[in-house]
Amino acid sequence: MNLDAKTYQNYVKAYAKKSPSPKNCIAAFLVGGSICLLAEGFYRLYLHLGLAEASVRILTPVTIIVLTAIATGFGVFDCLAKFAGAGTLVPISGFANAVTSPAIDNKAEGLVMGVGAKMFIIAGPVIVYGTLASVIWGVIYYFLHGRGIV
Amino acid sequence: MTEGFASIGKNRGVLTVPNPPTIRAWATVVGKKEHDGPLGGDFDLHAEDDRFGMDTWEKAESEMQRLALGLLLKKSGCREEDIGAVFAGDLLNQCTGSSFGLLDYGIPYFGLYGACSTMAEGMMLSSLLVGGGYFSQAAAVCSSHFCSAERQFRTPIEYGGQRTPTAQWTVTGSGAVLLSADGCGPYITEVLPGISVQKGITDANNMGAAMAPAAIDTLARYFASSGAQPDDFDAILTGDLGQVGHDITADMLYAMGYDIRRVYNDCGLMIYSSQSQDVHAGGSGCGCSASVICGHVLKKFACGDYKNILFVGTGALMSTTSVQQGLPIAGIAHLVRISAEKPAGTIGG
Repeated sequence: MNLDAKTYQNYVKAYAKKSPSPKNCIAAFLVGGSICLLAEGFYRLYLHLGLAEASVRILTPVTIIVLTAIATGFGVFDCLAKFAGAGTLVPISGFANAVTSPAIDNKAEGLVMGVGAKMFIIAGPVIVYGTLASVIWGVIYYFLHGRGIV
Repeated sequence: MTEGFASIGKNRGVLTVPNPPTIRAWATVVGKKEHDGPLGGDFDLHAEDDRFGMDTWEKAESEMQRLALGLLLKKSGCREEDIGAVFAGDLLNQCTGSSFGLLDYGIPYFGLYGACSTMAEGMMLSSLLVGGGYFSQAAAVCSSHFCSAERQFRTPIEYGGQRTPTAQWTVTGSGAVLLSADGCGPYITEVLPGISVQKGITDANNMGAAMAPAAIDTLARYFASSGAQPDDFDAILTGDLGQVGHDITADMLYAMGYDIRRVYNDCGLMIYSSQSQDVHAGGSGCGCSASVICGHVLKKFACGDYKNILFVGTGALMSTTSVQQGLPIAGIAHLVRISAEKPAGTIGG
C-alpha cells in the first residue's frame, strides 16, 4: 500500500469526526431567531416611545451592537457563540464581536498599533468587500435606472 | 503502507546515549483547566486565573517558565552555576516565552523551536551533551499558554466561534527537567531525532493528522533499528497527537507490523477529561507533553510504576503565514527512551 499524500489525505478523512450539523443548525436557528426577536422588540419600543422611523432603523442595530460589545467585554459572548455558531455570527452581533474582540485582545500592544491597527483584522474583509460590492451594484443600478429598467 | 516514509539507512537509526544521564529533578507549572483535569494532582504549581500575576498573556507564559526553572533548582538543590546549559522553547514568535522567562537566570541558554515536540527535543539534546561529557548538568524547559497561542495562531480570545471536532486545546503549562551525569535514575538511555514528514494536510484545525506520519516514521525507525518490541515498554507516549492522530498512529503502525495499542497513549488525551472538559480532540502545545512527562510520568518512575517508556514528542511545523499561503503542515517527532535502569554494558553503567 503506497502512502503518498493523496492516499493519506483520503485515509485521514475516515478518522476526522464531522461537525454535528443538524444540532448546530437548530442552535443557530433558535439563538439567531431570538436575537432578531429581541431587535424587533427594541424596534417597536423605540417607535412606541415616539422616535422617527428613520432613526429607529439605525438605533435598533446600534442597540444590538452595543449589547454585543458589552457581552464581549464581560467574556460571555464567546460562550453563547460557541453554542449558537451561525446564530450569533450572521446577525450584526457577529460583526460587532469581530471588531470588539481584537480591540480587547490587542490592548497590550498600544492604542495605535494594537487597538487601532488590529481592530479590523477580522471584520476588515467584510468592510472592504461589502463596500466594493455596493459600489459595483451602484454602477449597475445607475445604468439600469438610466434606461428606465428599475 | 511503509512506502513514503524515510528508510532506516545510515545515521537514521536509534542513538544510544553514552553514560546515560539521570533525570535528577522535574517541575511543572500549569493553569486552572489543567489542574482541574485528571492529572491535576501531579502538577507542582497552578494558577487560579492563568495570568500568573501578569498584565499580558505573553508575560504570563514567561512567568510560568521562570517559575518552573526556579522550582527545578529548588527541588534539585542546585544553584544556577551548577547547570551547564538550559534548552528551552515555546510557541511564541522568536521563542520570547523562553528568552524573557529565563532572563533572570545566569545559565547559558539555547532557544529551541520544535513546536509541540520541544520538550522531547530539549531532553534529547541535553541528554546527549551531558552523556557526552560536555556538561555535568543541563536543563530542558518549555511552555505553552492557551491565550498567547490563541492570539498568535487563531482568533482573539473573546471572538465567538465554533471549533471543529478535530481541533485541539492548547495547554497552559510549563515543564522542566534537570539532567545530571551522576545519579541513580531514571535515565535517558536512547534517543532518536525526528525527520520532518509532510503528507499534504493543510487544515490547521487537524494537527493530529498532520503530525501522525512523523510519529509513525520515528516509531517505525526506532523499532526497526533497535530491535525492541512495543511490549518491551510500560508505556509508549506520543505528545500530542490528540484523538485523531492517536488513532491514525496506532492503526498505521499495526498495519506495518508494530502493535503498540496495549501500551500506547497520547499526552494530549491524558491531560484533560474528554467527557467533561470540552477540549474536542485533546490537548496540544509544548506545555502539554512537558507537563504530562514532568508531572505525571516521572512521578510514576519515582514510585516504581514505570520502568521503561518511550516518549515521542510530536510537533506541527507551520506558521500563520504558511497556513494562509496554503502550504501543507509538516510534522516532526523526536523520541526519548526513559528507563529506570541503565542498559547492561553501558559505558559508565
